[in-house]
Amino acid sequence: MARPRVCVIRAPGTNCDVETAHAFRLCGAQAERTHLFALLREPRRLHDFQILCIPGGFSYGDDIGAGVIFGTQLRVHLADALAEFLQRDTLVLGICNGFQVLVKSGLLPDGPGGLSKGGGGPSRRRVTLTWNDNGRYTCRWVSLRVDNPRNAFLRNLETLELPVAHAEGRIAVSRSDLLPRWRANGQIALSYTWHTALLGTTLPAGPNHMAASAGGRPAAASGGTAAAEVSVLPYPHNPNGSVGNIAGLSDPSGRILGLMPHPERYLFAHQHPRWTRGDAREPGDGMALFRNAVDYYA
Amino acid sequence: MNTRTKTPDVTVWEVEVRPTKGEIDREAERVLAESRNMGLRSVRRVMSARSFLLEGRLDAPAVQRAAEELLADPVVESYRVRCAAETAQDEPVPEGLRLLNVLFHPGVTDNVGESTRRALVDLGFEVGAAATARKYWINDDISDRDFARLCRRVLANEAIEHIVIGPLHLHRLHVGGEYRFQKIVVPLRDAEDETLLRISREGGLSLNLQEMHTIRDHFREVGREPTDIELETIAQTWSEHCSHKTLTGPVVYRDEHGEQRFENLLKETIFAATQTLRRQWGRRDWCVSVFRDNAGVVRFNERYDVCFKVETHNHPSAIEPYGGANTGIGGVIRDPLGTGLGAKPVCNTDVFCFAPPTFPDEQLPPGVLPPRAVIRGVVAGVRDYGNRMGIPTVNGAVYFDDRYLGNPLVYCGNVALLPVGKHEKRVEPGDLIVVVGGRTGRDGIHGATFSSVELTEESETASGGAVQIGNAITEKMLLEVLLQARDRGLYHAITDCGAGGFSSAVGEMGAETGAEVWLEKAPLKYSGLSYTEIWISEAQERMVLALPPENWDAFRRLCEAEGVEAAVIGRFTNTRRLALFYDGRQVGDLSMDFLHHGRPRIVREACYRPPATRPLVPATTTDWGPTLKRILGSWNVCSKEWIIRQYDHEVQAGSVVKPLVGRTEDGPGDAAVLRPDLQSRRGIAVACGMNPLYGDLDPYWMAASAIDEAVRNCVAVGADPERIAILDNFCWGNTERPETLGSLVRAATACRDIALAYGTPFISGKDSLYNEFSYQRPDGSRETVVIPGSLLISALGQIEDVDRAVTMDLKRPGNRLLLVGETADELGGTHFALVTGASGGRVPRVRAKLARRIFASTHHAIRDGLVAACHDLSEGGLAAAAAEMAFAGAIGAELDLTPLAEATGLRNEATLLFSESNSRFLLEVAPENLHAVRERFADLPVVELGQTTDAGRLRIRGLRQTWIVDESLDELKNAWQQPLDW
Repeated sequence: MARPRVCVIRAPGTNCDVETAHAFRLCGAQAERTHLFALLREPRRLHDFQILCIPGGFSYGDDIGAGVIFGTQLRVHLADALAEFLQRDTLVLGICNGFQVLVKSGLLPDGPGGLSKGGGGPSRRRVTLTWNDNGRYTCRWVSLRVDNPRNAFLRNLETLELPVAHAEGRIAVSRSDLLPRWRANGQIALSYTWHTALLGTTLPAGPNHMAASAGGRPAAASGGTAAAEVSVLPYPHNPNGSVGNIAGLSDPSGRILGLMPHPERYLFAHQHPRWTRGDAREPGDGMALFRNAVDYYA
Repeated sequence: MNTRTKTPDVTVWEVEVRPTKGEIDREAERVLAESRNMGLRSVRRVMSARSFLLEGRLDAPAVQRAAEELLADPVVESYRVRCAAETAQDEPVPEGLRLLNVLFHPGVTDNVGESTRRALVDLGFEVGAAATARKYWINDDISDRDFARLCRRVLANEAIEHIVIGPLHLHRLHVGGEYRFQKIVVPLRDAEDETLLRISREGGLSLNLQEMHTIRDHFREVGREPTDIELETIAQTWSEHCSHKTLTGPVVYRDEHGEQRFENLLKETIFAATQTLRRQWGRRDWCVSVFRDNAGVVRFNERYDVCFKVETHNHPSAIEPYGGANTGIGGVIRDPLGTGLGAKPVCNTDVFCFAPPTFPDEQLPPGVLPPRAVIRGVVAGVRDYGNRMGIPTVNGAVYFDDRYLGNPLVYCGNVALLPVGKHEKRVEPGDLIVVVGGRTGRDGIHGATFSSVELTEESETASGGAVQIGNAITEKMLLEVLLQARDRGLYHAITDCGAGGFSSAVGEMGAETGAEVWLEKAPLKYSGLSYTEIWISEAQERMVLALPPENWDAFRRLCEAEGVEAAVIGRFTNTRRLALFYDGRQVGDLSMDFLHHGRPRIVREACYRPPATRPLVPATTTDWGPTLKRILGSWNVCSKEWIIRQYDHEVQAGSVVKPLVGRTEDGPGDAAVLRPDLQSRRGIAVACGMNPLYGDLDPYWMAASAIDEAVRNCVAVGADPERIAILDNFCWGNTERPETLGSLVRAATACRDIALAYGTPFISGKDSLYNEFSYQRPDGSRETVVIPGSLLISALGQIEDVDRAVTMDLKRPGNRLLLVGETADELGGTHFALVTGASGGRVPRVRAKLARRIFASTHHAIRDGLVAACHDLSEGGLAAAAAEMAFAGAIGAELDLTPLAEATGLRNEATLLFSESNSRFLLEVAPENLHAVRERFADLPVVELGQTTDAGRLRIRGLRQTWIVDESLDELKNAWQQPLDW
């Protein structure tokens, strides 16, 4: 079997690189943790890899905004190298901060075209990942629906349970026609859905939780950015108030995926919050994403 | 002025970034909410902006471009650019509003400002300096009184920030100044006592008269006057914070059993217990390095040892909660990193003590921050540092008591993995002294001596220099290069730069060899620091290495590749002297022997008089449900989900039992379980125990109970009770008072006794004394508030296979509920007493021999897979434990007190329900396992109390066969969740 080479980039403040590389290795890939500075010095290094992964963390402290400085580095210094990289049959995965970096750089949602100077630069950006509706960092598990099972990382998947851990995970858009377009292009990859743990119980689900039966509310209420066709699920099902309940976005080719939840944190049953109740699967749901990426080269 | 054709002059620009219409202005909402909480009724309208101040050769179009390319998010924010140097560019403040700017004091760490500068330079902008500010527009008919309180309490913290009203006018952002070398000599040899004390006081040295005499006599012998840097070095090294002179010094202690003399209190109690245990274990000894390095180290698996350390950062957190807690967690992470040759952090813990958030604002003494602000700041400080470092925060607790009002406690802990064989370090003469990580600034000067005195209302202003803000990313980068350098064997020894800065780090590392330091070589944040300031600065994120000269090039290249700064600031010698130079001129020359062994031994008096015992007679009622709900909703017991979810408790992917567990993932777990080595199924359990309320009745049983609680929490999740290591953290008041020290001595003797009886070694510890706050009352008298003696016991357990871990949530209807352990009439200091206002009573004791057997049997039952759920009994006793298990599992329970009454002979329902007797667990056992479990508890106290149900209620049958608790799980859970649902 082919063993694709994965470049797991770490920048100052990246902190999920070890477990993300571990996940790729468990699935049979050769994963290498590479410092961003090494790539900046020598962008040609990207030639050696089939998969590029930007893992979670707080790149550059998320100072100025989540993923902003790292994203700017990609856009300003690595745009050509990335465009070249993506001309081959390669994959890109951004998890949590990595997703924020991909969006802030412009590589998502539209692919390498969004990176280049012709794309209009950051002021033309129409989508962002910004502060959670509850205004704070939130670590908890969510249930996800796979919207595009043709995405390279999500093949044959329907639902997943994974943890989120972020402060700026809310997708906001400045134009209302983006969501229908993304949907048509298969770019909406993953959505938050009613959280399994909170269904079938009448117990209050924790501080600040609305009862699961409270129903969704129109997206427009979440802030003046454009309205969507899907009503936003209440917290904690949609943990950040993301428009259209979007948890992960893809480019139109389905080879670039960015997602807020952390697949590398659910590879084994005992990472699941309810494994002692018999509610977990072995392997964990996150393993499939890495397996799919490796199998893409089988 | 035409700016197009020539390079613009250096000037300051402001980019003001606001949420676009329709986006929530979160900072404004926070201000409004806090104002409402504080009753500032005339605060009605608030808008906010974040502001970037850029100094450089920039013109308006360039600044515009900077804003678009980097500073503002075009989807959710809008921006405005103005030249801050020109008043002509001031836009009028909107009608009816007043503009305020909050800026850091010069020199305070501004992480976002510095990142902004670097990113803009990277994009090609000519920016020399960048800073951030917050802007607020407030309705201008606000009352003067509300305005003053809003500024002080809500908008800015005077310890680190100041407010400018109206548009900002700035011509320069530059910090720092010129430094002209001048060697300062302090005439001491002929000084009278009065002068000696004045020198200590005015220099902020916190040295007492006896110590000043010793120093004077030393320099008389040497035949010259000391320099300022020499006095500072001695003061730092001899400070309570660095040397723990009280607890390692001689103490004469008197109590009801007579008089005892300790030559070294810690050595003869806590260390002694560990030494005895290690001797008993012989070749089975599993301690690796205890009480000598920055953290305690024990064996974990064949690849790794595991380290644990807990520190406090109380005084800085009282003054600036965010920065204090931030640097508290940052500091304790550097402890394991500086243990042996450096350990990799795998999880953090935090325990806080606060005044209740409901404490009335108008009763706050001067200089005291409102508890809500302290709580929010401390939680945010731990969150922002721990999360950024990528270290999961997995365990903690919060205790509330009015006596923590002016002196909150912030305990931060870190567990780390150290490869087997890397626990020894040894400085060689000739090694370079290398500082790596953050730069040195004026921040944190006198932190060590400041934390060795009590706080007063002046502290907020007088100690501003001791308050800092950390930079987690700098520390994360430092961690990455150090672990690589360790694995390549590039250095001989490492230690952290904590309290006392270089003076402590180099002084300690070179204690056996000698050291020569070239102070001008230290990289500085800004110019203008004197040689003494460089030497004692407590700037964060710095580590000191002893590096063989031949490895310097390799180490420098490694640092450069990752953007980490390193500099050689001296070398270790074989002179046993500490020689300090600035630009080639000698400014200090001290004998290491005098520095480390010259401190006078001060004999402290300690006494303890047990308070008169009074019986506690509980009220009677036919319905204990309301009391149970009051206990569940009490500050100490209630859900801490608001805090827990702000911490990343999953990063590193080792999480096995999370802090919140159960059917809806929000019940209170007893201890966190992690798998720190992804290659192994062996796990660690992390837990804590503390109960200051018991200490008011008897510090001995308080300490014993805290150990019991920490140990039983580990056992409850499946840890092996024979492999639990513990840490002590004593936070006490001023121990110069014999009765305050007496209560500490009493607690320390309990630590010795219980550690020995349980076979549970202490492996490290720390004390923080002088936790008091004194202020002047309106009538002119002075009032001193002393914290309750607060002993935190932190436990590090091990579990052979994480697959055997259990959680406390009930699993399914039809299972049996077993209470194991002995219930006694012990309501003194309990939460039952607290919520019913009862006083007196017997404080919970520890029956150590029995406890050890119960822990062993419980562990065997869990290990053998016989237990569906296990929860320890702590605050609120049996009733609270049953309620928590039921609502966490969304499974009902029916219990009957009669079998417990028969087994114990206790006839009082309140005692049976709420006694907090130690060493007890409530187990859920499937009917088919009942026999096997009972076998494991043969001849131990175990009582079957009832079963689990699908009714969604907790029902407890009393001794007259009626339901004395009959509550829906929803209501119980709601009572538990509501108080801190912020």
